[in-house]
Amino acid sequence: MTGNTQTDTAITIRNLVVDYGPRRILNDINLDIPSGQIMVIMGQSGAGKSTLLRCILGLKKPTSGSIHMLGTDIATASQKEIYKARKQIGVAFQGGALFSSMTVGENIELPLREHTNLDEKTIQIMSRIKLDMVNMLDAEHLMVAELSGGMAKRAALARAIIMDPKLLFFDEPSAGLDPSTAAELDQLIITLKISLGMTIVVVTHELDSIFKIADHIAVMKDGNIVETGTPQQISASTNPEIQGLLNRKPRETIVDTDAHLRRLTGGF
Amino acid sequence: MSSLVTYIESLGAYCVTALEQTGRTFNMLVQVVWELLHPPYRLYPIVRQMYFIGARSLTLIIVSGITIGMVLGLQFYNILQRFGSVELLGAGVALGVIRELGPVMTALMVVGRAGSSITAELGIMRITEQVDALECMAISPDKFLIAPKVVAGLLSVPLLTMVFDFVALFGGYFVGVHMFGVAEGSYWNGMIDAVQWQDVRIGLIKSFVFGVLVTLICCSRGFYMHLTKAGSQGAEGVSSATTDAVVLSSIAVLFSDFLIGALA
Repeated sequence: MTGNTQTDTAITIRNLVVDYGPRRILNDINLDIPSGQIMVIMGQSGAGKSTLLRCILGLKKPTSGSIHMLGTDIATASQKEIYKARKQIGVAFQGGALFSSMTVGENIELPLREHTNLDEKTIQIMSRIKLDMVNMLDAEHLMVAELSGGMAKRAALARAIIMDPKLLFFDEPSAGLDPSTAAELDQLIITLKISLGMTIVVVTHELDSIFKIADHIAVMKDGNIVETGTPQQISASTNPEIQGLLNRKPRETIVDTDAHLRRLTGGF
Repeated sequence: MSSLVTYIESLGAYCVTALEQTGRTFNMLVQVVWELLHPPYRLYPIVRQMYFIGARSLTLIIVSGITIGMVLGLQFYNILQRFGSVELLGAGVALGVIRELGPVMTALMVVGRAGSSITAELGIMRITEQVDALECMAISPDKFLIAPKVVAGLLSVPLLTMVFDFVALFGGYFVGVHMFGVAEGSYWNGMIDAVQWQDVRIGLIKSFVFGVLVTLICCSRGFYMHLTKAGSQGAEGVSSATTDAVVLSSIAVLFSDFLIGALA
């Protein structure tokens, strides 16, 4: 890794391996996530995208390898160092992960209450600014159970950006949303990158979203990164795995008919 | 032979799991103490949990306290009458309630009402990534979620025990004095003569220990649900973790009751 690359990259992942017992989930992952751009990590279900995201966030300790983010190697850092790095990131989880015992406003204000000494009025104003950014100003006093799927995701995004993070992570932002709401969210992600200059990492398999928002794409399969590049480079890739993904082809399964029959019948 | 090996293997696996869970619970206690010693110190989350564990259990505690007091009064009266010692009724009810039944029954009621909810709440928070969200916001779940519950348990269970003891004594009084005609003076005086500070102290120690044990076990089963078999079972896993928490907490209360009783 050259010094030059390190200054241009927000996250540098080297030789990352994750094992769950005997199963290898991530196999020697190497990835550079550039600063101030949107990196989309795509792949089929079970490719290891979410595990990679959990490792970057420090929620899962990798078996080996390194993840340099905000001056810290997340893979080997202490809990205190990880918490220090996390104060500079925002995460919007797939289901929102909003606290159901709080209103939308209280959810968004929580990081400010925990990490700053701002007065009540300032906290409320900052919360409303973020709610306005995601078009949720009217929902400030609603309970989480009263929100639709799209509203919950937007509220989660408002909470993720309340501390003006340097890095923003999305786990499946468009999953389960209607096309119109998904498009709104995509536009919001692009706006955030442009207006706040954030580095954004999106884990998804929604093709429409990917090519709309991505500056760079990393394609994963079976725990490996099979290709990285710009959307144009990925589209033009001749790799059959990538073409299969892009053209929504079902996974090819090579079946040994006899072996399959034995498996179905238990050998009888 | 192979079935014996399988049995020993499963027994070993069970023991390892039980040890892991005990270790996690103990680790959680250490984390909670550590977090409580470090700022920021916040009273509101503790008061909120005390309302949930304590105030909202009050009706149940009063009803069960009166009932247990009445049953004790009835049973003691029947026994004491055979020996012509009904004047000892107040002493019998008071010692039984203050030393044993008050702390134990209160803790078991708290397990059933609040403990199960704590496990279910934390289990659901775990499977819906709310705990991960807290971690990603650099907010310690031990400080934000667990510590207020454990402190509230530590304070609420002794307070509820006092309420339980108080109403149970009146339950015994109602049965002994108003139903069976035991002299009011002998009921209360017998109680005052028999109960010593040592009895009250043991009852209080037990209730403090039970308060911490119950909340800690229930928190641990919900919070660490993802590390157990229940973690991969979604809603059914939450239900299973809740059942485990109630069973384990109840056993822990009864066993520690014996231990404290034997050591005191």
